[in-house]
Amino acid sequence: MSNAANVRVEGVSKTYEVRAGDDVQALDRVDLDIAPGSFVAIVGPSGCGKSTLLSLLAGLTALSSGRLRIDGDEVVKPHPKAGVVFQSDLLLPWRSIIDNVLLPIEIKGLDRAASASRARELLAQVGLQGFDNKFPFELSGGMRQRVAICRALIQEPGLLLMDEPFGALDALTREQMIMDLQTMWLRLRNTVLFITHGIDEAVFLADRVIVMSPRPGRVDLDLAIDIPRPRRWSGIHENPAFQHHVRQVREMFEAKGVLVAH
Amino acid sequence: MPTARKPKKKAVGGSFTERYASVLLAVAILLVWQFAVPLLGLSEFVLPTPLAIGKRIVTDFNLLAAHSYITLLEVLAGFLAGVLIGIPLALAIFYSKAFERAVYPLLVALQTVPKIALAPLLVLYLGYGWWPKISLAFLISFFPIVISTVVGLQSLDKGLVNMVRSMGSTEWQTFFKVRLPAALPSIFGGLKVAISLAVIGAIIGEYIAAERGLGYLQLQANSQFDTTLNFATVVTISLLGVLLYFVLALIESKVSYQRESAK
Repeated sequence: MSNAANVRVEGVSKTYEVRAGDDVQALDRVDLDIAPGSFVAIVGPSGCGKSTLLSLLAGLTALSSGRLRIDGDEVVKPHPKAGVVFQSDLLLPWRSIIDNVLLPIEIKGLDRAASASRARELLAQVGLQGFDNKFPFELSGGMRQRVAICRALIQEPGLLLMDEPFGALDALTREQMIMDLQTMWLRLRNTVLFITHGIDEAVFLADRVIVMSPRPGRVDLDLAIDIPRPRRWSGIHENPAFQHHVRQVREMFEAKGVLVAH
Repeated sequence: MPTARKPKKKAVGGSFTERYASVLLAVAILLVWQFAVPLLGLSEFVLPTPLAIGKRIVTDFNLLAAHSYITLLEVLAGFLAGVLIGIPLALAIFYSKAFERAVYPLLVALQTVPKIALAPLLVLYLGYGWWPKISLAFLISFFPIVISTVVGLQSLDKGLVNMVRSMGSTEWQTFFKVRLPAALPSIFGGLKVAISLAVIGAIIGEYIAAERGLGYLQLQANSQFDTTLNFATVVTISLLGVLLYFVLALIESKVSYQRESAK
């Protein structure tokens, strides 16, 4: 995608006040530069602030200190170039599938009719042709998350923010979604920030894997993944480069006490 | 209530008896009533038969309709006032923390006052005309409308709000695209309770002081020992409540999604 955005995170910290006088530091001086058109995965244990980082980039939460820029614009509210896929599909149950996909078009005040064919095209690309007039409750969890991805993609996001998008899916559906996401991204080549706690899906999908420490979240490891694309999920676990990177991440988790070796 | 959107569930247990169990039971009760009255030698003044009540509704249709019209207007006026005041109040409670802190506990406390106990006072202040009945219908239907609207708005999944906000949605858009449609099932739940209560409010108002309306007609029948007309009035009041309930259910099925189909 020619509109792929670049992201600069400079010394970003975030402290939440849980109760008066009871603060939790979620992020501690995180620095990160993301080149346009790269696929970056962030892995870390629960509560390491990776979702907080995504929420900051989505413009949904205010940072405590530091700077956050998308294409040079300071992020103070949701950036028009950013599209978000959340952990749960968050489809509106009273809207048909096509109306759910067209929701951002309505909100941005764009021409619905002009985008309808694009919406159908996106749905067809994820294997949901003919589902336009169905309602969310008629779809399986995996199908619903595909719709949520279409809803993000119709905004033609130069930056796609994905917050553990496959975390709520069963193992088989997740595998399929991982492969489909790669195919989709190879066509779009936009910038993707993919938050996950699945080491294998991070290494499989990303050009770069960032490993975050337990709270307060900091960048522990920044790995370039140089496995040629398109990568194939079947057999990836026997690929030496894949094994090497997975081991690097695991060793970092063990060093930090996130994973305890027996 | 099934809508066009919701695939109709196939009836479970195909047998005729199971499917129409409640209708059959009602018919059975009416039959027992019909035949028990002469068998027990009860007089028409004590307990008229269902058929006699039915006949009376037909012969006195114009009388009942004229009084129903008055009661209907009182109910609708009180209920509409409840909607027009209750929903904006609920929005204020939802959007302003300060307003919620000040008003909500007071509202809940006032809810414990039996509104019916205010009826004599309302007559004292407002006289014998429309106002005490409308006020009572309003007071009694107002609380469920406010509470169900506040609860409907508050129980929204915060993720949905973040989702539309991430698309650059203004609060105005968030309200009409997410908050309101999500709250509608709860709001309609409150409205359906409220309309049934509004009927009670208007009738009580008519009991206290009135010259027309179904409550007045029933008291008249009572004082003349016309038990059949008394029963005919009770049936008419019930039908009025059922009718209003179904009108609301019909509106709901047009504008609101069905919560159970969302799961």
